[in-house]
Amino acid sequence: MALLEARGLIKIFGKLTALNGADLTIAHNEFHGLIGPNGSGKSTLMKCIAGAETPTQGTVTFAGRDITQASPAERARAGMSLKFQITSVLPALTLYDNILLALQAQTSLLNLALSRTRGVLHDKVMAMLEQFRLVDRAHEPASALSHGQQQWLEIAMALAPEPKLLLLDEPTGGMSLEERRVTGELLQPIKARCSLVIVEHDLDFIRDICDRLTVLDQGQILQTGSVQHVQSCPRVQEVYLRRA
Amino acid sequence: MTETTPLSAVSLTRGISASRQWRVLPMIEIAVLVIGLLLPLVLQDYLTVYATRVLILCLFALSFDLVWGHAGIMSFGQAVFFGSAGYGVALLARDLGITSMLLVLPAGVLIGFAFALLLGGFLLLGRHPASVIFVALGTLTGSYACDRLARGWYYLGGQNGIPSIPPMTIGSYELTEGPAYYYTAIGFLIVVYLLCRFLMRSQFGLALAGLRENEQRIAFFGYKVQHLKAIIFSLSGAIAGLAGSLYAFHEGFVWPNMLGVVISTQVVLYVLFGGSGTLIGAVIGTVVIEAVSFWLSNSYQDIWPIILGVLLLLVILFRPAGLVSLLLSERERVGSFGRPGKR
Repeated sequence: MALLEARGLIKIFGKLTALNGADLTIAHNEFHGLIGPNGSGKSTLMKCIAGAETPTQGTVTFAGRDITQASPAERARAGMSLKFQITSVLPALTLYDNILLALQAQTSLLNLALSRTRGVLHDKVMAMLEQFRLVDRAHEPASALSHGQQQWLEIAMALAPEPKLLLLDEPTGGMSLEERRVTGELLQPIKARCSLVIVEHDLDFIRDICDRLTVLDQGQILQTGSVQHVQSCPRVQEVYLRRA
Repeated sequence: MTETTPLSAVSLTRGISASRQWRVLPMIEIAVLVIGLLLPLVLQDYLTVYATRVLILCLFALSFDLVWGHAGIMSFGQAVFFGSAGYGVALLARDLGITSMLLVLPAGVLIGFAFALLLGGFLLLGRHPASVIFVALGTLTGSYACDRLARGWYYLGGQNGIPSIPPMTIGSYELTEGPAYYYTAIGFLIVVYLLCRFLMRSQFGLALAGLRENEQRIAFFGYKVQHLKAIIFSLSGAIAGLAGSLYAFHEGFVWPNMLGVVISTQVVLYVLFGGSGTLIGAVIGTVVIEAVSFWLSNSYQDIWPIILGVLLLLVILFRPAGLVSLLLSERERVGSFGRPGKR
């Protein structure tokens, strides 16, 4: 059974049809890239999956459960995690607290008030920071990080609760070539632990880490399949690859 | 790319620097506490009465600092909980003759809590997050409406309020204004302050910081943000209710202004002036504004509100983080939540 199935998603904003019957299937431990020209509906599709937008029509099923009308918090509790396109770390808080905030989200309010999981989560926080090469800045405010490091911190925050599905919306946006390469390295080890849907403009980056690829154009799925298969599709080359 | 450092070494160095950073705030808190405890020994009686009123207002200011400074909910209607509890205990005393501290203060806390739950439920618990402006205007409207309601309701004494409330009692002892009431008020202030301090430095406090910084983000982590908001708003209402009850018995009467926009705005100024999100800032802001008001009103009887207004404006313009930011670093003011034993 697929981990995520989106069927016939339509999203209309006023007179604009951002998604027009999009389907997407994600298997367990699959790394799936979403590409397409600007305005093709990639981010809207991500938002419909994550719960930031409710589709006008269509269904989203996650781990066998219909979550089309579920709130973002309910989806997160079901095992879905999102990194926003615009970096949204909490700048006033330390890196440590940013990660702890993500990790403790499913702790009951009583246990939060009594700080019962703080000790238990400490090692996990430090391990996460170490994995993303931020451990020596653990107690600095997130605002002190470079843009690329903030992106890593946000990926670490999204990954910290050990989601079944990680949604990354342009994780390398604004990064240098070296930072992109490192980001690819940081993401590879998570393959054994969760599935990944990633929206990216950098096709080389997508090629390096994804198993499958979906191309969107004008709110519709143009092609989906293995990276090689999609790349060789003439229609895709015409619509997207030439523009890229 | 950042080089990694062994975890133990990092923990050690960070631990040391963290403990060095955390000295100023406790020192301020202890200094304020010592001054507060010794004050009645040096003050004349009429000033002790005034200081008691200020302490109760500090408690009220803490309630606002919880919702705004820690959770980012702009409540311009804190007086609803303050005043409703004041009226509630006044009615208990007037109509039922209940003046025992063990009954009236819990009743006041419950009234404040219930009103906050009701208003918060209406304003904060919609499917979509309410904007700061919506909540600010909604609470302000609530405060105005309660004020008008009290003015027009004969049973509540109308414009005159409820006068001549009998003193609060502890057993057969009548707690009247003066040093005894002062130390009772400071006792409640210390207990509430410590409880708030504990809660705001807990993991729950971190969740509230997340709520304040980026509500949408933490919803995507799985937080039930509406629950967080309802809890902190109601808790703040309960504290305002406690303050309102103490105020009613201290003053001996309640009147519609206790529910209105003036005192709702006043408490916002206390906290902004002292520094929001630190708890001690709320206390300092209240004490400084009330002390300066007292001194100015004696020295410059005609123009003191103008001088005070300019002073408030200057602090808020040039020190938006409030007076405590003169002493506290930004890091210490924001706080840190994660390191066990390094609070």
